[in-house]
Amino acid sequence: MKKSDGKIMLGKLYRKYGIVIIFAALFIASAIINRNFLKPQNLINILLQISVVTIIACGETMLIVSGMIDLSAGLVCTTAMCLSAGVLVSTGNVFLAGLTGLMVGIASGWINGFLITRFKLQPFIATLAMTNVLKGIVQLYTNGQSIGGVDKIRFLGQGRILGIPVPVIIMIVIVLLTAVLMKQTSFGTYIYAIGGSEKAAVASGVNVNRIKRIIFTLSGALTGLAGVVLMARLMAGMPSVGEGYEFDAITAVIVGGTSFLGGIGTVTGTLIGSIIVGLINNILNLLHISTQYQLIVKGVLIAGAVIIDIQTKDSKA
Amino acid sequence: MENNTIVELKNIRKEFPGVVALDNVNMRIRAGAVHALVGENGAGKSTLMKILSGTYANYEGKVLVDGREVHMKSEKDAFRNGISIVAQELNCVPELTVAENLFLGREPVMNGVFLDKKQRRKRTEELLLMLGLDYKATDKVESLSVAKRQMLEILKAISRNSRVIIMDEPTSALTSAETVVFFRKVKELKEQGIAFVFISHRLEEVFELCDEYTVLRDGKWIDSGLLADVDQEKLISLMVGRDIQDIYPPIGGHTDEVTLEVRGLGDGNVFRDVSFTIRKGEILGFAGMMGAGRSEIARGVFGMDRVKEGEILIDGVKQSFQSAKDAIRSGVAMVTEDRGTYGLVGVRSIRENVKLPNSDLFTEKGFWRNREAAAAVEKICGKLSVKAPDMDTLVETLSGGNQQKVVLAKWLIRNVKVLILDEPTRGIDIGAKQEIYNLITELAKNGMAILLISSDMPEVLSMSHRIAVISQGRINGILDREEATQEKIMKIIVEAGE
Repeated sequence: MKKSDGKIMLGKLYRKYGIVIIFAALFIASAIINRNFLKPQNLINILLQISVVTIIACGETMLIVSGMIDLSAGLVCTTAMCLSAGVLVSTGNVFLAGLTGLMVGIASGWINGFLITRFKLQPFIATLAMTNVLKGIVQLYTNGQSIGGVDKIRFLGQGRILGIPVPVIIMIVIVLLTAVLMKQTSFGTYIYAIGGSEKAAVASGVNVNRIKRIIFTLSGALTGLAGVVLMARLMAGMPSVGEGYEFDAITAVIVGGTSFLGGIGTVTGTLIGSIIVGLINNILNLLHISTQYQLIVKGVLIAGAVIIDIQTKDSKA
Repeated sequence: MENNTIVELKNIRKEFPGVVALDNVNMRIRAGAVHALVGENGAGKSTLMKILSGTYANYEGKVLVDGREVHMKSEKDAFRNGISIVAQELNCVPELTVAENLFLGREPVMNGVFLDKKQRRKRTEELLLMLGLDYKATDKVESLSVAKRQMLEILKAISRNSRVIIMDEPTSALTSAETVVFFRKVKELKEQGIAFVFISHRLEEVFELCDEYTVLRDGKWIDSGLLADVDQEKLISLMVGRDIQDIYPPIGGHTDEVTLEVRGLGDGNVFRDVSFTIRKGEILGFAGMMGAGRSEIARGVFGMDRVKEGEILIDGVKQSFQSAKDAIRSGVAMVTEDRGTYGLVGVRSIRENVKLPNSDLFTEKGFWRNREAAAAVEKICGKLSVKAPDMDTLVETLSGGNQQKVVLAKWLIRNVKVLILDEPTRGIDIGAKQEIYNLITELAKNGMAILLISSDMPEVLSMSHRIAVISQGRINGILDREEATQEKIMKIIVEAGE
């Protein structure tokens, strides 16, 4: 009896199959445009290119589903990359370097969560502030110079197991773990409940602030890990790389069918969303279209996905 | 009798994909009368009014205004024909003033460009004076009570020269005192020849305010006539299509064993010195005006809001609830007043909503024992006869009655000793109400201690063993079922206020 029943249906269909259809269409288009596209090496390369952003996007998925967002993820990634590179150069200890990257992510994630739950800051504002603080820290630490000499960690970024690059394996493991966390645990159910209706979650006995802090800390840890992987891929800690990754990650999440209004979304959707972005970049590269145009396409993509989200969701159901 | 008809709806039919929402519906709206449009949820009342107010432009049948056929394609068309709707959700901007809201979108203009604030203020004051309203054109709307905002909407309709004003559940957020004032204004306007359509679940109000009625059931026209010719029982039987002798079941007895004891509870703000007990199998009613502090007390007992003083004992054991979680683990559950906001997560499934407060029962090291949880959810929803295709159905797509059953399922899946029900039947139709009354009775018989908060006087009188009368954050008297009457309750409230 609701006038928007049709719209709701469309939204469900999009969430269920839309991204798969877009994914399939892009895949076929790529195969036609480029004869080399279907070669295993090219496909693996696409996965390798999206690995770092997808790991970040797993954290952003949890945040956006619960009605929050992290704009500092890009800089957290940069900071983790540079600091772990620095530690690796000075100590030569790969384990210590990795741990440093993780700790950078955990600490900034926890601080974000603390600001948001203790002082009721908007996630947008808290993480924007964090971005600037981290930008300053990175510049102070690196003096704007790349940190090289991190050869010991080469395997993490360049190595392969059974022909599959290590970053791709890490990405797949993280996606699977996040999917299990969100779907099989009570923590996951709380993530959805908080995003769907925070007040209902409180009235059901959920410790909302604690869950929010855990989500941010966890997401921070994943971003820290992404920073270490990025450092190993680039074989350096580069202060100029990482900024803007948060938007690539958020694009993947939204294109993957997660609602910006909270309460709806899956991490497998995010993976497909990330691959879609990867495929588009791949096609545009093959067609020799410059990065400026690629940015425009990404912008249109994110707006389009959110328009579909809002149009298909009946706010007064 | 014919000559004062303003609007006539003839053989209206409206289809949505897969559903016939209205079929062959007739209605005649007369000047100087309040016309009650009644029926259960989903009967098609709102759909019919959306056709009349131009929201739905696609329908079959005829709409006649002053005997002339019109086809309204938008709300603007409806305004032009003198028809306005006062929606359930009020459409005012709280940050703006009364005058700004009243003329929003049609501000008077000087020299073709500049806002004529003087003119706007003058016309607003004229309108306020005309209705005898005591607030100023420069008051911010956020400072007005809900009742006053409601009047503002009607003022808006009148300022557009509306002759037919549709009101959809206008009293659902008003206190009894505010409703009285509101009705007086409506009657005054009626005398001036304005026609009203009044949609309400509260039949007492229908009989108090309205002159005529039209009953819809399942999208079909059932009956129309003068309210003077029918009584409440007759109207209910027309609405539900069967006779209902008494919608309240007999509530049975209770034990002497005290389950919940509250001593001197206070939050340092809204309520203080609140003491009461509920025995095993007993239903204690909380009667009082809206804003008296009933929900706040309940939230304090449930651990959702912090209390500053007093003690809560369950089965004689002192409790210290830091959060709702602690209360839930100790066997207290609360069905909150506002289903949409506090009771349910609309965009998630029935199963997830029912599982939400019960992770202690169905998880192992944080992981859901999915099969066991799914079976338990299925069982409890079957017991409560939740009507839904399956447990994956999103709760926002369910009717009010079914949503309320899902809220109950959340709690009844566990071993609850004390169940707090805050306005459990608000906004749900009579059929579902009756099911919920039967359920409450059965739960009490099985030994649950129940706290029932309700603004519906007949409900609280019929469904409680004892009734605590609350006003200004205090319990001002506890009446036994046998001695309690509506008049006695009102008397206690009035005396407490003096």
